Amino acid sequence: MAEYKKPKNESEFNQNFAQKKPLMNDTEAYYESSRCLFCYDAPCMNACPTHIDIPLFIKQIHTDNVEGAAATIYDANWFGNACGKVCPTGMLCEGACVYNHQNVPPIDIGRLQNYATDKVIREKTKLFKEGESNGRKVAVVGAGPAGLACACELKTMGYEVDVYEAKSKPSGLTVHGVAPYKITNEEVLAEMDYLQEQLNYTIHYNHPVNADEINKMINKYDAIFLGVGLGATAKRGLPGEEKEGVVGAVEFIEELRMNHSDKSVGDKVVVIGGGNTAMDAASGSARLGASEVTLAYRNSKEKMGAYDFEYDLALHAGVKGLFNATPLEIIGNGSVSGVRFIRTKEENGKLTEVQGSEFTIACDQVIMATGQAKQTQLFQQIEGLKLDDKNRLVVNEAYQCTHPKFFAGGDAVNGGAEVVNAAYHGKIAAQGIDNWLNNK
Amino acid sequence: MADLSIDFAGIKAPNPFWLASAPPTNSGYQVMKAFDAGWGGAVWKTLGVPVVNVSSRYGAINYRDTRMAGFNNIELITDRPLADNLKEIEEVKKYFPDHAVIASLMVESKAEWEQIIKDVENAGADGIELNFGCPHGMCERGMGSAVGQEPEVLKTIVGWVMEAANIPVITKLSPNISHITDPGLAAVQGGTDAISLINTIKSIVGIDLDSYAPYPIVDGKGTNGGYCGPAVKPIAMHMLKDLAKHPEIGKVPISGIGGIETWRDVVEFILLGATSVQVCTAVMHYGFGIVREMEAGLQKFMNDKGYNTIYDFAGKALPNVTEWKHLNLKHKVVADINEEKCIGCELCYIACDDGAHQAIALPENGENRVPSIIEKNCVGCNLCSLVCPVEGCITMVKKDDGTEHMTWHERTEAGTIPTTFNDKLAGGLGHYVPEPKLALKNKNGHKNGS
Repeated sequence: MAEYKKPKNESEFNQNFAQKKPLMNDTEAYYESSRCLFCYDAPCMNACPTHIDIPLFIKQIHTDNVEGAAATIYDANWFGNACGKVCPTGMLCEGACVYNHQNVPPIDIGRLQNYATDKVIREKTKLFKEGESNGRKVAVVGAGPAGLACACELKTMGYEVDVYEAKSKPSGLTVHGVAPYKITNEEVLAEMDYLQEQLNYTIHYNHPVNADEINKMINKYDAIFLGVGLGATAKRGLPGEEKEGVVGAVEFIEELRMNHSDKSVGDKVVVIGGGNTAMDAASGSARLGASEVTLAYRNSKEKMGAYDFEYDLALHAGVKGLFNATPLEIIGNGSVSGVRFIRTKEENGKLTEVQGSEFTIACDQVIMATGQAKQTQLFQQIEGLKLDDKNRLVVNEAYQCTHPKFFAGGDAVNGGAEVVNAAYHGKIAAQGIDNWLNNK
Repeated sequence: MADLSIDFAGIKAPNPFWLASAPPTNSGYQVMKAFDAGWGGAVWKTLGVPVVNVSSRYGAINYRDTRMAGFNNIELITDRPLADNLKEIEEVKKYFPDHAVIASLMVESKAEWEQIIKDVENAGADGIELNFGCPHGMCERGMGSAVGQEPEVLKTIVGWVMEAANIPVITKLSPNISHITDPGLAAVQGGTDAISLINTIKSIVGIDLDSYAPYPIVDGKGTNGGYCGPAVKPIAMHMLKDLAKHPEIGKVPISGIGGIETWRDVVEFILLGATSVQVCTAVMHYGFGIVREMEAGLQKFMNDKGYNTIYDFAGKALPNVTEWKHLNLKHKVVADINEEKCIGCELCYIACDDGAHQAIALPENGENRVPSIIEKNCVGCNLCSLVCPVEGCITMVKKDDGTEHMTWHERTEAGTIPTTFNDKLAGGLGHYVPEPKLALKNKNGHKNGS
């Protein structure tokens, strides 16, 4: 079963985690860009959460105005390079390409986007300018896609921006939580440096802020943007969850991204969950050299939340799917030795356990991909913030919270979505802040 | 199998596919390789007093994913001594006695013409082609297109050549002239056995945006080149038609040249009256092997249509090429969009709305992206069907019943044409045109490509 040997060094790691969307060369970009039809009211553009003028930037690539193409991309999305690589483009822009209706492969939009932005990042082309100082100050909590997009946009309008980040690196889940074969750490951080070098916002790293500190910001700043995302993997209350060898998927992927070939993985791994993070964790385990990886989902394959292409990626890495099996208990003496499951089936639209169908899968590692906890406690301690029934921050169209000085975006608002959604929220919130402060 | 062999003004060849006088016919090695690959004839790289060439020599127009859609060159005639060329002509004819080897010639004085004609005849050439077309370099020295642009001079030189030559003579014309029939008629009156056209068109294919020099750049400078390749085919076919339809010029055989690359191009040139075709750019792009596709396609076309030789269909399109004034004004076509095939790019909509007659509407719900034709506004211009990226999705449907026929010529005769600025007989009178201010109402009207 094992398709991959355990990577012993960075070079072997890079082989096992080869980029799914490698950088295009000039020739490839020239020919691929030539295929774009320049549709009217282009469906790709409408499918992009940030509404990048895709036909325009593709035409610009084709006419050798690659800098112009990058400017078009960044004009709509501050995470232009990262999104080209990590966006589920097949579900978004490329999924909307009219060529799909003709059974012709859609334009490789993500890679073209990456081609253009990579060039300006590599060549350090200056595309952005800080706005003339307006004397106003905004705090941004969280240097993820939402927070940094907000910071960038505010800087272009002349705001002073302080970003507070709990970790030691910018970009949030882009560098910490995305599977390594989607984007490399170097690529993520190069774009972050590129933005910061031109826009000069301050990031206070290793600076987690608590509710107290946030409440104090109300008087110190003209506005506060909350881009705090979600918390750690939520505890599920499964017996044995505390055993050695049980890890959360988000934590597992973060370690994988930070430690590469130094990250160890069990020999037999069970991943519990059916979302995209579960697929990344399963695929990542296999590529780290686990000899058996079982992806266990309580419902049917069709009910999985993960995109089909993500599941296919996991299958190609050698992962085995186990459906209609819900975990009862993680067993083992101190450390994990297996997971006891029971079969499920759907009856009248309800998932029920099949009595007497218990079985055990032996393993020495369990990865819980059962969702991240919300930051409910934090929000409840901040003045005037309301949460919806799913514990997401309530915001208006301008991403302004129920306390007018607070704006928010990203996973804290939508409950967990793509980098591109967060980047869009941050940008629109910055415009909302400016409008609000200027009574527009 | 159809018989592809030809007898072109007395020059016999196994097929009508000839290499034009150009870099691919610079040497015996190339011509032998070409004959071996299937070419029926070759017009040797123009012979004369050898020149000195520059480097670089070629420039190109790339269009979208197509390289060399247009091509230009500033190379001159042969830079090799005449004796070397003659020796190789002789050798080629030894190996390929049934293939056509035509010597392209360009010299100045009558004495030079007489001498070089004797030389190529002795070497075994099957015919002579007079290069009155080269529009770069040689024309500055009073040769090439300088002759092609002066019908009287051309006629005189053709006269000298006809006196001296014992083998068939083809006069190659330059397209760099207002009326191709002027040099065409001069050539016929001078006694030429045949005509070939077009030579290349004076051109600048591009400017380098750093050095501000035209391509191809020779040490920071450039000069006009001769344009050829697929881009010039329409111009060549139009000139071929003008000559072939001319009552006097049309009597001599014409060898068609200009952007020919595929069997389809070959058939179109023959339908317009050519009875041999000459190819250069396609070979410079793809090599001699490209002839396989031409031959297979021509064979299939002739087989499908039941033609035994190319003479069975040569010139068959000529009666259908007429003057505008003889076109039927009562003919009416309207665009039709096949909803099943439509992929929703909406290029037809924006092309019609911005570039034509505002006769295509977008779906109102916006969900389904299939546009629809507003039949009463459609003038049947074809634009939507031309921009549509899907084969057979937009077709032009005939709406008249074919019983009425009225041409501009007939209306002129009948006195029913508009003659004053606000004439009630204006063809577009009452035709739907949106109010100008509607252009500003819909801000979505500029999505992409504003």
